Formats: sequence, C-alpha cells, structure tokens
Amino acid sequence: MIKLSQVTKIYELKDSTVTAVKNVDMNINKGQIFGIIGYSGAGKSTLIRLLNGLETPTKGTIMVANREINHISGRELRKARQEIGMIFQHFNLLWSRTVEENISFPLEIAGMSKKERSKIVKELIKLVGLEGREKAYPSQLSGGQKQRVGIARALANKPKVLLCDEATSALDPQTTDSILELLVDINQKLGLTIVLITHEMHVIRKICHRVAVMEDGEVVEEGNVLDVFENPEQPMTKRFVNQVIEPESSNEMIENLLSQHPEGKVIQLTFVGDTAEMPLITNVIRKFDVNFNILQGKVSQTHGGAVGTMFVHVDGDIKEVEQAIQYIRQQKVKAEVLSHE
Amino acid sequence: MSELLPNIRWEKVYEATLETLYMTGVSVFATFILGIILGLMLFLTSKGNLYENKIIHAIVAAIVNIFRSIPFIILIVLLIPFTIILIGKMLGQNAALPALIIGAAPFYARMVEIALKEIDKGVIEAARAMGAKTTTIIWRVLLPEAMPALVSGITVTAIALVGYTAMAGVIGAGGLGNLAYLFGYQRSQYDYTWVATILILMIVFIIQFVGDYVTSKIDKR
Repeated sequence: MIKLSQVTKIYELKDSTVTAVKNVDMNINKGQIFGIIGYSGAGKSTLIRLLNGLETPTKGTIMVANREINHISGRELRKARQEIGMIFQHFNLLWSRTVEENISFPLEIAGMSKKERSKIVKELIKLVGLEGREKAYPSQLSGGQKQRVGIARALANKPKVLLCDEATSALDPQTTDSILELLVDINQKLGLTIVLITHEMHVIRKICHRVAVMEDGEVVEEGNVLDVFENPEQPMTKRFVNQVIEPESSNEMIENLLSQHPEGKVIQLTFVGDTAEMPLITNVIRKFDVNFNILQGKVSQTHGGAVGTMFVHVDGDIKEVEQAIQYIRQQKVKAEVLSHE
Repeated sequence: MSELLPNIRWEKVYEATLETLYMTGVSVFATFILGIILGLMLFLTSKGNLYENKIIHAIVAAIVNIFRSIPFIILIVLLIPFTIILIGKMLGQNAALPALIIGAAPFYARMVEIALKEIDKGVIEAARAMGAKTTTIIWRVLLPEAMPALVSGITVTAIALVGYTAMAGVIGAGGLGNLAYLFGYQRSQYDYTWVATILILMIVFIIQFVGDYVTSKIDKR
C-alpha cells in the first residue's frame, strides 16, 4: 500500500541545512497499523507529511495507493489526497462549522451533492459515536469528541490510508484509549491502512502491528511490535520499550529490593507473548519447595500478545531455588538473578 | 425647541444626515471588499504561505503603507484630479467616495491581514491534506474562520469613516461635517454644530452596537 525508497528530506535554512529525513526505506502493507515512534525532532512529522505530499522529498520515491506522490501535483495530487485521510494532534477543526459541517467539508471539496453528503455524514457520526452532537460547534466538545470529529472527517472520502499525526498526544489516558479503540475498530471494519506517529510507546503497544523507531531522521529499527518488544536492539528502542514494561526498574529500585531481601534471590522475569498467560507461578510453587513472593511487576497487552516484567523473591533451600530458576528458564521466560552491583 | 435651537432648519439636518449615511454606507461596503482583497494578497504572498511571493508582497505592502500614512485631509486634496477623472466633479458626496475608500481600505487591509494570521496554520494544513484547492481554502476556510475579526475590524473602520466623511464635508462633500462647518462655524450658528455632533455620535454608537452584536453572533470559538 505504501512504499518509500531512499527518501531524504533536507531543509535549506539561511546558513545551514537540516536533514529531517535520511534515506528511509519503508514498506507498509494493506490493512496494517504501522507505528512510527521517535522523540520530537526525530523527523517523524516530516515523514508522515511526505506521505500525502504536504512536504516534497529532496530525494527518493514515495508510492501511496499506487500513486507516486512525489511526482504528481495540482489536480492529481488533490485527488490523491482525498484518498489519504489525516488526523492531527490539535484536531484542526474549523471552529466556524458545526460537527456535521466539519465532517461534510472534505465531501464538499470532492464536489459531492448536498443530499449525498448528509447521508454519508450521518453514517460517519454513527461510526465515531457522536450521535446527538451533530449541531454542536467544536468549542462545545471535549478533546476526545473533537478527535472523533477529526476521524470522521478523515474517513469521509473513504480513504485507503489514514495518517495519524500524534493523534492522541493532546488527550488524557482514558480518552486516548477510547480513540485507540476506535482506530482499531475502523482498521478492522474498513480494512484501512493506518500510519501513525507518536512519542508514546503505549500507543504502539496497544494498536500497532509493526513499528519503526526514528532517531535523527533515520529509521534505526523496524519490526513486528512483539519482536521489537522482545528484543529491542537499538538503545533508542530500548528506551521506548522501557517506557511501557519497566516503568520503575531503576538501579535504585533494584538496590532497594535487594537490601530488603537479603535471604534468597531476587529475580527479574521478562514475559513476552504467550508465556505471559501461562500459570508459571502456580507451577513453580507446586513443583518446588520454595517461598515465592511477587515484589512488583507490570504486564501489558500488545496487539500480538502480552509483554512485561516482574520482580519476584524466591527463598528456600539453595538447591530448590536453583532448580526453580532452571524450570522458569525452560518456560521461555527470561529470568535474571539480580545482585548488588 | 426652537428657543433652544434658534437657527436649525430640520430639513437641512435631515438631508445632511442622509448624505453622511450614504457616504459612510457606500465607502464601508467598498472598503470591506477592497480591504479583504488587499489583506488576502498581503497574507497569501507572505513568507511560508500559499502564494508566497516576495515581490508582490513588497509592492502591496508599500501601497498599503503609503496610503495609510497620508493624513486624510491631505489625501482628499491629493486625489482631486483623480476624482475629477473618475466622477467628473469635485463636489458632492460621490466626489468624496474615492478618497474615503482609498483612505480606509489600506487601513482595513492591515486588519484583515492580522485576522488571517490569527487563523491556526493547522486548519489550513488540514484543508490542504483533504485535497482542497487554494480558492476553496480562501472561501471556505480563511474567510469564514476569520469572519468575527473581519467584522469587528470593519466596525472600527466604519467609525473611522464617519469621521472621514465629516472631514470630507468641510471641503464640499456635504453631510453633517459640512453642516457643522458651514453653518456652525462660518455663520456662528452653534446649534448646528451641536446637532451635527449628536447625530454623528448616534451614528457611531449604532455602528458599534451592530458590529458588536454581529461579531458575538458569528463567533463560535
């Protein structure tokens, strides 16, 4: 659906140049939810704007839905853009228009008759769950509702691709979840390809199938979300993964746990995928004569399975403890025995 | 009444009021259109905008700045040859119109430019991402989104124009300014000055009230 090859974008400033995007290759399949993560300044905003021609690349080719976006202009580009919906961090609604007029706007641009427009707008309002708010103005809506209007507007011309520019970054966690659920729902119902950029790993974890990590304009790592969570290779990727699965595993915290439990062993377990759902703890206690305490942990669901870490304290006969650890390792759970540094 | 205002002939006052209203009305309408055109040109050709063009921007900006800087009373005199070509005479309300419009439109154009600059860039980007043409963006995004500021701007401009018509009156355009000058000052019939002042104040208050009302009605922010 989307194919980027060797895409580079260089901005010429007064007395310097900035390479916002550097030699990016990317392949996004139809129906995929593809996440691009990076800190601000990593080039992800530029990258997503290259996909609908809001920015033109300095080098490279960009194919979206069988159109070479970087080579078309004028009428053809506008036509192409109608097939690429986009939603924004700050929603970018027209405050002078009501909810239904906002959703109707892209249809007006496409030159649709009033009758057809109102029919489609009605369906979209239902799809995004805004029934009863049709006549409201954006200023009367909450952030989440505004983004729903944004999504409905982006879907109006039945696009093949939906671009999400930090679509949940201005929303509170609960609203973020409901918007993400809506995106997954749309992805499944309409088979829409979704490209989203974010700096929040939990957005990637919740809904993406694949993820690309960007740093200084380059894609430093790309893969299936679960694989990346399991084996993050680049330091930048590790930082993002840690955002989600080890929110508090600082050295300080580990030292703290160790000093609280001088006897026995403190073990860090890392679960990935199916293993997270296995009754591991029950099995260990049944099979071995050890005390097994959960100290703290966090397991999160991703699109492809669960990931997480857990800190446990195992105490008892040294041999039994060793065997218990051996057993845990056989279950494809990463177990790391922690010690003072 | 006739003791308090011994010299007033009301049909003259009535006539002068209509002349002032006529000059104000026509010039406000023309200033609104011309100011929006100039303001759009200033905005669209500015840096980073849809029709970015340094040369056109510089030319329009220079014209606007020059005409905005010339004191109105001098502008009228300067424009007399132009007015004679355009209207065929240099007296009467219609003869005042070119000067009124040329004096006010650049002033309003700057307000239009400011109003357009206030529009969130993201909204324009969203419209472009939807595949909108620039003309669509102008008509369906820029003007509606800026409308409250455009209306409050034209309110201020209209009030300034009432003042301009009074000045134009002094050099023969008619209206309440002419009345106050000709009868009130030159013939020392001060009651005319008072009546003209009160009527002008009333016109200004009504314009302000209507402007505020319309602005608050269309402002959905």
